[in-house]
Amino acid sequence: MAGGGLADFKGTGMAFYDGLFEALGLEDWCGGDASSAPLSMADLLAQNSGDEATGPIFPFPSLDNLNESCAAVSQTRDLTKGIEDSFLAAKPALQTVLDPVTQPLSWLLDGALWTFNAIPWWIMIPLLVVVSWYASRSKGVTIFVAVSILLMAFVDHYDVAMQTLSIIFVCTSISVLIGVPVGIAMSKSDRLQRAIVPVLDLLQTLPTFVYLIPLIFLFSVTESKLYGIAIILYAIVPVIRLTDLGIRLVDQDVVEAANAFGMTSRQKLTGVELPLALPNIMAGVNQTIMMSLAMVVIASLVSAPGLGVNVLRGIRNLELGVGIVAGIGIVLLAVILDRVSKAALSRVDMTNMKH
Amino acid sequence: MTQDPKVRLRGLYKIFGNDPAEALKFVKQGVGKEQLLVDHQHVLGLQDINVDMQEGEITVVMGLSGSGKSTLIRHLNRLIEPTDGEILLDGEDVMKLSEDGLRQLRQKKMSMVFQKFALLPHRTVLQNAAMAMKVRGEPEADQTREAKKWLDRVGLTGYENHYPVQLSGGMQQRVGIARALTANTDIMLMDEAFSALDPLIRTDMQDLLLELQTELHKTIIFITHDLDEALKLADHLVILKDGRVVQQGEPQEILLEPNDPYIEDFVSDINRARVLKVRSVMEPLNGGKAPKDAAGEVDQNESLEKIIARSGGDTTHTYTVTKDGEPVGTLEMKSLVRALVPRVASEAGARKS
Repeated sequence: MAGGGLADFKGTGMAFYDGLFEALGLEDWCGGDASSAPLSMADLLAQNSGDEATGPIFPFPSLDNLNESCAAVSQTRDLTKGIEDSFLAAKPALQTVLDPVTQPLSWLLDGALWTFNAIPWWIMIPLLVVVSWYASRSKGVTIFVAVSILLMAFVDHYDVAMQTLSIIFVCTSISVLIGVPVGIAMSKSDRLQRAIVPVLDLLQTLPTFVYLIPLIFLFSVTESKLYGIAIILYAIVPVIRLTDLGIRLVDQDVVEAANAFGMTSRQKLTGVELPLALPNIMAGVNQTIMMSLAMVVIASLVSAPGLGVNVLRGIRNLELGVGIVAGIGIVLLAVILDRVSKAALSRVDMTNMKH
Repeated sequence: MTQDPKVRLRGLYKIFGNDPAEALKFVKQGVGKEQLLVDHQHVLGLQDINVDMQEGEITVVMGLSGSGKSTLIRHLNRLIEPTDGEILLDGEDVMKLSEDGLRQLRQKKMSMVFQKFALLPHRTVLQNAAMAMKVRGEPEADQTREAKKWLDRVGLTGYENHYPVQLSGGMQQRVGIARALTANTDIMLMDEAFSALDPLIRTDMQDLLLELQTELHKTIIFITHDLDEALKLADHLVILKDGRVVQQGEPQEILLEPNDPYIEDFVSDINRARVLKVRSVMEPLNGGKAPKDAAGEVDQNESLEKIIARSGGDTTHTYTVTKDGEPVGTLEMKSLVRALVPRVASEAGARKS
């Protein structure tokens, strides 16, 4: 019987794949005594309970299972440790390059935070209302912005809301400044597009917490650029994608006409492609704003100031009210940013007079 | 013609696919369009095109969809690169131009009118019309003056500050024509320029084009799938089928002497009385005297339809044909009536009934 056989097998202290390495004549390479390899947690538990670990009848030939039979095969935790070690080994080099390059981001973020907080509320609030009027040209949106900000200020969330807003302002601007040219380059070269799209997919799907980890290794948590980089990496994706898409979607007949009249590449880009792609690019900017708002909350884990800090406090100390008020503040901010940018977008669309 | 042709196409081939150069060898060995597609997975776009386009004439390239006519017109300004052959403009090989030289050619020597108008939707009518001059970097005042002048000429006075989407199709194409005219090039390429318009507007636009042409004498290359339009506009008619020139020449000649069943089919549906001109069916005088019993004088460029109306259907009449007032031939009503029956239409009619 198979069950009896396996029991015997385990009784002799042999692992399942011993026979395989013997058959392949690799015992010498394996280095004989398998028990010298580090113990897995399961083994350790089994030892403590006085039993040998009893696995499934036919275990998958994973690194850990093979290691039981052959010490020369490394364990999975060697792999994760290897990743960590190689990252640590590369860290000094990465730091010497990235630190100075990203330093301006810290200055920008600190500067914006300081500026937004230094401007007194009785200038800042009217200023924001005026800006949203010029962006949206919509009475409804402007009134909504004014009421929301006053409401947040009334419950003493004005300062944190301004901190969040300043971070979004800086990160979105940088995302657009980098993202639009990258998107343009992508639309011009299929090869570049094939190379960048997987990177964008990775940035978009990698859980946000995961790319905080290497950033924490690289930069000090006290530096603002740490969360700045995290937000930009996360939020830059839609503006790149939609710039690329927008330019590719420009009516090919019009592009052909531009060619037929002998436009240079630059004339074509600024006179035809960018203006016609603008609605799509603006939709990308809108998405970028929304994603940086989502990320700025998570980034409070790595010392980003703002409304996210209050949410975090709510979770840590189970202060339900604090968390909910901050949460509603974030929602208001999100709606403000979304409506203003959408209204600006539809205005762009109108002047564009699409068919 | 004594003068050299303005544009000359010599042995032009276009093959679409992964390895056109290789496929070209097969085509030159006589492999046909279908076989090339099945055996070599290449599409034969154009095959050994030889056309001369005279200065100041309207050359119409006609063919059904898929015949390669739009591909052909895009070779002239190299929006599509030929696989083989020569394109000579004023005797100069367009294929040898550098990228910059090609851009100069497109800016200064050729303008184009498109089937789907292809106007810039975010620019006003005036800015669209001035596009070519703006591309060339000419002063803004000149741009506005020229664009206004041509917009007035095509009948769009007062629409300068509208956006294209606010105009009807016919008006948009007028902008397209004004844009090409403002470019002030010798050559105008018109790619199915009137095909997207409804019939009445199309007739208007054809009349407008002919009217402009009597004044400007541009070299126009006009693409169409409509034989009526082709016959109305053409000084020189080129008929394309499957990327080959089936017949080319004076439209009246093609109508009277079609050399291919494909063309015979085409011309059998035409209102011949309206298209045929007196000069095509008259008997030349060849130095002889005008007949004495003539019922009257007709100009050689009158359509047969007008003569029929004038004769009141009487087939016994004979007319003296004049050119600029001088008698050049005689026209018997009987030969006129005979010319109205297409060579194969009678057979085709018999087949149908």
